[in-house]
Amino acid sequence: MKKEINPEDFASCPLPISSHDTIQLAHGSGGKIMNDLVQKLFLWAFDNNELNRQDDNAVIKINGNRFTFTTDSFVVDPIFFPDSDIGELAVNGTINDISIGGAVPLYLSVGLIIEEGFPLEDLRKIVVSIKNAAHRAGISVVTGDTKVVNKGKGDKIFINTSGIGVIKHNFKIGPEYIKPGDMIIINGGIAEHGIAVLSKREGLTFETTVISDTAPLNDLIAKIVETGAESVHAMRDPTRGGVAATLNEFAASSNVGIRIIEDKIPVKEPVRGACEILGFDPLYVANEGKLVVVASKEKADAVLNAMRGHPLGKEAAIIGDVISESPGMVSMQTGIGGWRIIDMPVGEQLPRIC
Amino acid sequence: MKYIDEFRDPILAKKILAEIKYVTTKDWVIMEVCGGQTHALIKNGIDRLLPDKIELVHGPGCPVCVTPLELIDKALKIASLSDVVFTSFGDMLRVPGSKKDLFIIKSEGGDVRIVYSPLDALKLARENPDKKVVFFGVGFETTAPLTAMAIHQAHNEGLRNFYLLASHVLVPPAITALLESPKNMVQAYLAAGHVCTVMGWEQYIPISEKYKVPIVVTGFEPIDLLEGILMVVKQLESGSHKVENQYARVVKRTGNRPAQELISRIFMISDRKWRGIGTIPQSGLSLRPEYSAHDAELAFGLDDITVEEPPECISGLVLQGLKKPHECKAFGKECTPQTPMGATMVSSEGTCAAYYTYGRYNSRISK
Repeated sequence: MKKEINPEDFASCPLPISSHDTIQLAHGSGGKIMNDLVQKLFLWAFDNNELNRQDDNAVIKINGNRFTFTTDSFVVDPIFFPDSDIGELAVNGTINDISIGGAVPLYLSVGLIIEEGFPLEDLRKIVVSIKNAAHRAGISVVTGDTKVVNKGKGDKIFINTSGIGVIKHNFKIGPEYIKPGDMIIINGGIAEHGIAVLSKREGLTFETTVISDTAPLNDLIAKIVETGAESVHAMRDPTRGGVAATLNEFAASSNVGIRIIEDKIPVKEPVRGACEILGFDPLYVANEGKLVVVASKEKADAVLNAMRGHPLGKEAAIIGDVISESPGMVSMQTGIGGWRIIDMPVGEQLPRIC
Repeated sequence: MKYIDEFRDPILAKKILAEIKYVTTKDWVIMEVCGGQTHALIKNGIDRLLPDKIELVHGPGCPVCVTPLELIDKALKIASLSDVVFTSFGDMLRVPGSKKDLFIIKSEGGDVRIVYSPLDALKLARENPDKKVVFFGVGFETTAPLTAMAIHQAHNEGLRNFYLLASHVLVPPAITALLESPKNMVQAYLAAGHVCTVMGWEQYIPISEKYKVPIVVTGFEPIDLLEGILMVVKQLESGSHKVENQYARVVKRTGNRPAQELISRIFMISDRKWRGIGTIPQSGLSLRPEYSAHDAELAFGLDDITVEEPPECISGLVLQGLKKPHECKAFGKECTPQTPMGATMVSSEGTCAAYYTYGRYNSRISK
């Protein structure tokens, strides 16, 4: 049993997989690998001022009026999940991306890619969801497209939505306007969409069913802009990559540091439980109805109260602040008083072994 | 959340920290054996709250990290076969083999699926009789009973299309090998609570006695870890060396007997190679001959795959607690969780990944 280890003899490991020749799932996960693809291929190819802002929408000027334009594709599996489905998600997702700079959403397009053999009844349900979601947000679907692919060449149904909105205010809202001293506010419990979809997909059941938070944020955003005016510096809906990715994008865009306090971040109990069981960090799990708002310290309480007065912001909370130190970095004070880095996610979170 | 929040109580944490500071008079080097503990220590920022006199070094208890490159290459080869459904715990998918990882195999058309239990893999085998379903059995004594149960059931049901690619390893031989090393500088150990839930804490008594080293079986929540550290420091300061059980709400002296019996019915103890460390005698589990029909290494004829690991990174030293991640030149530069050079960067339980994700610039954070 006696064994002598000479550590130098065993210092070993493989060469890295530093680049991929083929597209991996991680290229679409909202983390660093996707960011690399965007930087090195898409921004290189399409290089223009509107795109290079890298916000969730492009701001375009036509005849002196400012509009936002955005597009998003939805490939979620399962297509029906607790209390919602891919249709509602496709409308809300694009409405939120149109609205985040404080624009009023106007028109939507819906493109469907449907797999041969898909039940018409399911398509009907999805279309009704799209109709209801658009109605709720006060937006019209004005154009669309339908394609059918061979059985096995697509996964049931994929939806693309694009949309335009009009900016009626004159405030400067965007991640580049974030300043040290600003406060970070969120409108409620995080990680609900990701856990709802995962629970359904993996057949995980908990005492309480976790429901996706999918919601159109345009009305809440309008209220925030009305209350906060020029004090609102940035807004973004933290979807793929979760709140962690959004805060890292903010810190990078404006070259500031961001500090958050773990105990202040709202996470509903069933979501916390599910994350504990799966070994997931809720900060990295997707949301579909959450909004991270960065507002000046002076107006932060007013914005918070306005958010709390809205049905989608009842559990709003100030979760941190912006600092000049550690630019580009997000850190968090943990529940027991330690500190740690909240890094940009790499790819999908993976369930841990033990 | 009940059973969680009590063990993350900040007031209690401060109290225990104050006591640790009070009892610590000398410099001590303590190793937490399990990767889950490393993860929790750094995720909660505990490493930065401890007195400077206490140095935590991080042990080899990350099952993903110590799985040999050779076995990963074998997994990749099996997973790329057209009649195979390859199943694995999630965090094995990003571990690089010589050229690829399981995610790449999946993108090339391999049927690679994440499962939460080997019994889910078994279910796939029942549902897909025309496919060979392979489970990548990775882990310490904690996951071994699950794998054993899957083999037991497959054998009883006569399920001939279920295979195990086994990489189960044992903690006590690894601790012993570290203690035998002339370069060892660890003075006390926090033993892995979940391993001991299965195996009991009594198997550490001979180690503690032979090497005169304090061992405290410790849980994974902040209060558990702080309490484990306090117990171990008290032993060190008083010059005693015994096995203590901090994680008594879960761990019994004799552990989980039915689980142990199941492990020994299905597996036999064998020599096993540890990535970054080398072969440790009698440190792994292999299927007993009567279950060899389920052994993926035999069924898929993988004897021809042998890989020499090039000596580029220091993960072996990190796994043994001889180096810290930031002492590596590649750390945070060429080597990140996105481009892992070593296994300790791949798994979220890996020391390098934990340092990178949670603490790499801790000193720069404004407080």
